[in-house]
Amino acid sequence: MGMTMTQKILAAHAGLDKVEAGQLIEADLDLVLGNDITSPVAIKEMEKMNTEGVFDKDKIALVPDHFVPNKDIKSAQHCKCVREFARKNEITNYFEVGQMGIEHALLPEKGLTVAGDVIIGADSHTCTYGALGAFSTGVGSTDMAAGMATGKAWFKVPAAIKFNLVGKPDKWVSGKDVILHIIGMIGVDGALYKSMEFTGSGIANLTMDDRFTIANMAIEAGGKNGIFPVDELAIAYMKEHSTREYKIYEADEDAVYDEEYTIDLSTLRPTVAFPHLPENTKTIDEIKEDIHINQVVIGSCTNGRLDDLRIAAKVLAGRHVAEGMRCIVIPATQAIYLQAMEEGLLKTFIEAGAIVSTPTCGPCLGGYMGILAEGERCVSTTNRNFVGRMGHVDSEIYLASPAVAAASAVTGKISCPCQLD
Amino acid sequence: MKAAKGFVFKYGDNVDTDVIIPARYLNSSDPAELAAHCMEDIDKEFINKVHEGDIIVATKNFGCGSSREHAPIAIKAAGVSCVIAETFARIFYRNAINIGLPIVECPEAAKAIEAGDEVEVNFDTGVITDLTKNTTYQGQAFPAFMQKIIAAEGLVNYINQK
Repeated sequence: MGMTMTQKILAAHAGLDKVEAGQLIEADLDLVLGNDITSPVAIKEMEKMNTEGVFDKDKIALVPDHFVPNKDIKSAQHCKCVREFARKNEITNYFEVGQMGIEHALLPEKGLTVAGDVIIGADSHTCTYGALGAFSTGVGSTDMAAGMATGKAWFKVPAAIKFNLVGKPDKWVSGKDVILHIIGMIGVDGALYKSMEFTGSGIANLTMDDRFTIANMAIEAGGKNGIFPVDELAIAYMKEHSTREYKIYEADEDAVYDEEYTIDLSTLRPTVAFPHLPENTKTIDEIKEDIHINQVVIGSCTNGRLDDLRIAAKVLAGRHVAEGMRCIVIPATQAIYLQAMEEGLLKTFIEAGAIVSTPTCGPCLGGYMGILAEGERCVSTTNRNFVGRMGHVDSEIYLASPAVAAASAVTGKISCPCQLD
Repeated sequence: MKAAKGFVFKYGDNVDTDVIIPARYLNSSDPAELAAHCMEDIDKEFINKVHEGDIIVATKNFGCGSSREHAPIAIKAAGVSCVIAETFARIFYRNAINIGLPIVECPEAAKAIEAGDEVEVNFDTGVITDLTKNTTYQGQAFPAFMQKIIAAEGLVNYINQK
């Protein structure tokens, strides 16, 4: 019986020739990540451990990104705690405001995540790095603390679901539509405890930013991780961004999968997840009624990358957001921000009546920078539309791609760019 | 390990960590402060009604969403002695074990037990007893490895003992 890609990476990091689904293992970690919400709790837990500092100052990344620039005094205290811990332990990869970005966009860009790695992060969207062929998964603060202290974590080796992607997505269909389609198909617990292994010839038709978006939302199907094979595009990305050595693992031909799905990307349509679960999906063609909205958010660890901003700008160029619309654009990192400026995208956004913010998770989790009032609706390129996620308990979030979000900002109701002309 | 005994608060599928503890309160990591807002967006009365030892019962995928350990911390600090569910989201499952909040997976119990029932959970045997309905259910026992973490009352103590 063969192993999946995830199982091979875990076996190698546990010093074992072979692992199987359900087995409990202890694996060596290549990177441990935390943010300004989860790290303070982890730091407190680590102080209780009989340990002399961190296991490796180069293999920890601390990224204050959720409530920064500090939204209030309490957040400032949390960030201060993280900053002081980083200084005391001489953490190489601490990213202050000015260098920081949204963690899951920032770490690949800084070359800290490469194929073959085992990465844990005290943030559920840590699964993003599967796009590069790494095993990465979200954990809580205590696991982060143990990881920082020992460089190890325990895992139950996951079973897997295989998604065979074929075909080429249509214009206005992106990675976001692919993953929303999958979550709509298998449900928010459809991949519970399992790895989502993407494969197939259609992957060649997905950009790296598409793949980051898809892997990012594996958690929204309950998955432990999402993972892509390492192809030329992924290698080129790693060579451009990292000096670290990567290692390519491939699934055995006789690897075991609990389920297998084939998805023809050419048949997918722009897809929207209705309140209050990411599985409540409808294609743009299935939305018959006018759903009027008050706000659009384009950003987050899911869709705040350069491709996303380029698509949004393409839709907004020469147009203006609807009267009364609040359109908030958040480039995910400083490098993306700068590139967007050089390409003139920021000018397009501002001329269209949108605002552009410094990198922050802010509105995605109802922190700040775009909180919704009672009864308000938002089309958002973020990852969760739970009750109260972006503000008032009686507000609504519709998850969509940057293309749909930008078109909706123009019309004031959920729309596809194809409906604008 | 001491048995849990208390009255039940019952919830449905996919109770996410955003409703367990909304992010607007995550500028604090103080357990008492987090507990004061526990379940606020799904059940405003929860925190006024919950007593020490009470039990949360829910159906599928309890604790889905964000990895915030603040969620099991808030539940534990609110006085809840155990969470029973059909299934748990995996990060919540890890976090609960790591901070010493007892949780039990038992689809039959999770479906049948109703709000207000008095329930007892024996962690040594995995047996769940609904004292109100006079019914018992066999919950899933933890693997030996996790029992060691729970017996040490969390991952930090477990690592310190190693």
